[in-house]
Amino acid sequence: MRWFWIDRFVEFDSGSQAKAVKNVSLSEEHMHDHFPGFPVMPASLMLEGMAQTGGILLGEKNNFDHVVILAKVPKLTFHSWAEPGDTLTYEATLMDSRDEGGSTQVVAKVGERLVAEAEIVFVHLDHNDPELGAVDQKNFVFSTGLLSTMDVGAAGDGSK
Amino acid sequence: MASAEEIYEKVQDTLMDALGVDDDEVTPEATLVGDLGAESIDFLDIVFRLEKNFDVKIPKGELFPENLASADSNFAVDGVVTPEGIDELRKQMPHLDVDKFAEDPKVENIQDMFTVQMIVNFISTKLAA
Repeated sequence: MRWFWIDRFVEFDSGSQAKAVKNVSLSEEHMHDHFPGFPVMPASLMLEGMAQTGGILLGEKNNFDHVVILAKVPKLTFHSWAEPGDTLTYEATLMDSRDEGGSTQVVAKVGERLVAEAEIVFVHLDHNDPELGAVDQKNFVFSTGLLSTMDVGAAGDGSK
Repeated sequence: MASAEEIYEKVQDTLMDALGVDDDEVTPEATLVGDLGAESIDFLDIVFRLEKNFDVKIPKGELFPENLASADSNFAVDGVVTPEGIDELRKQMPHLDVDKFAEDPKVENIQDMFTVQMIVNFISTKLAA
């Protein structure tokens, strides 16, 4: 099993912003215990989905030449929750990008309802970093269903 | 041109946001690592925020020294910064209080030079340039 916490991108404006969706389902096992009788998407996994949206936005800008690592979450606020049947949208905006890493702002919503807001900072590591195992983030993105969703373009229909 | 006080206040705000500390903790003498609990990753966050708040560009290694203690430089031997290394610091990093560091130039003491005042000095020079 791969650690995917977004289902697909619905908008992708290279180097600028990206929007991904996560459909929350009662068939996800963790929902049964979180919480019994009141299933809601765990906040930690929402943060992971927000970080994946922002991290792929940053990685794609550099053609996945760097390994993008989640380094710091300076700000994270939850305003609401997401239940089975909800579609979470994660809207990431690239705030900064440089050799050493980048920072993003990500907003999570269900429809127009604000669920969470985060600031997420990433650092770049080299593929040949001796402390790093074999990590292929380009493969992570392009060998999966995320491939076609990377072609959505800024407007969601492939156009820029 | 921002006044010294304006620069200080903005640096203070920047560090409060980046490190989650209170304004009374951010004194000019406070060290980023020792007093304010900064970790290496926070330095990048601080640089991002300073760039945004002051509308300046801060190239890698300009605010915080890099590679000083790396094995292939002759700037540090056995965990102590050499006189050449100290000269280099003075030359490259005029915003650092190198005199104080030179009294006990252990590599591990380098981070004690990273104070709130150091950032204020750096930004003041940068804005005056």
